[in-house]
Amino acid sequence: MVSGALGGDEQVMSTNQYAAYYRINPATVAKAFQQLVEEQVLYKKRGIGMFVSPTARDALRTQRRERFFSDVVDPMVAEAKAVGVPIDEIVARIRQLDGRKGR
Amino acid sequence: MTLDIEVTGLQLRYGDVTALDDLTFRLAGGRIYGLLGRNGSGKTSLLSVVAGFRKASAGTVLVAGQPVFENPRVTRRVCLIRETGDTGDKDDRVGDALHTAAHLRPGWDGDYADALVDRFEIPRRTKLGELSLGQRSAPGMIFGLAARAPVTLFDESHLGMDAPSRAAFSDELLSDFMAHPRTMIISTHLIDELSPLFEEVVIIDNGRLLLQDETDVLRARGADVTGPAEAVDRFVAGRTVLRERQLGRTKSAMVYGGLDEQHRRQARDAGLDLGPVALQDLFVHLTQPSGGQG
Repeated sequence: MVSGALGGDEQVMSTNQYAAYYRINPATVAKAFQQLVEEQVLYKKRGIGMFVSPTARDALRTQRRERFFSDVVDPMVAEAKAVGVPIDEIVARIRQLDGRKGR
Repeated sequence: MTLDIEVTGLQLRYGDVTALDDLTFRLAGGRIYGLLGRNGSGKTSLLSVVAGFRKASAGTVLVAGQPVFENPRVTRRVCLIRETGDTGDKDDRVGDALHTAAHLRPGWDGDYADALVDRFEIPRRTKLGELSLGQRSAPGMIFGLAARAPVTLFDESHLGMDAPSRAAFSDELLSDFMAHPRTMIISTHLIDELSPLFEEVVIIDNGRLLLQDETDVLRARGADVTGPAEAVDRFVAGRTVLRERQLGRTKSAMVYGGLDEQHRRQARDAGLDLGPVALQDLFVHLTQPSGGQG
């Protein structure tokens, strides 16, 4: 959903298909689906199946953005300090990567 | 329709030995249960009573509300596959044993049995007793699945199978369960490999019920707390600690239960790593003589 491979209002595979693919109990998949319905990432169409909420991608991206610093940047800075990579070098590298992409 | 199983105050004695002691639990129909316990904990005894192979010394076992022992209306619908195979005489050829099962089992699906025999490359003309070690468990699994019994019990039926066969059987078991929902109990020592198949686990120890819970709920109850020894000690004080290990100044403690989101945040803020615990590790420490007491 975040990458856009699964679009809004698109149907997702059934619990049985997920269970067979991951070799897990279908009730476990159903629980996960239920959780995603509660988080409004999926919605249910009675008798048809589960669909991606049109708002799912934006909501997930917002969540991931909020967690980006604690999940990605903070551990990177901690690792850089532990192994002795100066922060200036990291900043320079990020600028370099960003500039290359922008060109 | 799926059948539920209700065990109340079950006791089983062999002479002076009490194999099962005051077991009480209820299994809702149509689910896959994992039955876990150490060797000698009573798993095989329990499954034998549920299948009606043995008579309870005290207490009751009801399947769909009916007593099991010497009640063909129920035992017909219960299929127990023991580790030893139970699929026929050693001198029976695989094909003949299949033929016999077809007569004994009201729900038998012959086409499915044939497909499984082909898939697992079991030679039909070979005698059951002459199958190779790796092939010996396969007929049991095939009989257990193709019987389509509303209550299907596998007692260590994976024993002797190699990893690819076990994986293939897990796939078959799941897909057949989804196509034909029934109540399944699988006893095994291959906890981490098979637990993803279980909706609930039942752990027995010394013939008594240790716990019954949804598999993911049980797994979520354990956590490994790792960090500087003093910080770990402070965090786990007053909690149930199943195991502690120390390497230099770093300590790791396995805690059980009582961790909510706020506790997890506290741990992270204290510089502690919180990791998941494999179900098998939880099992090992819950069933140790000192386990669960800490």
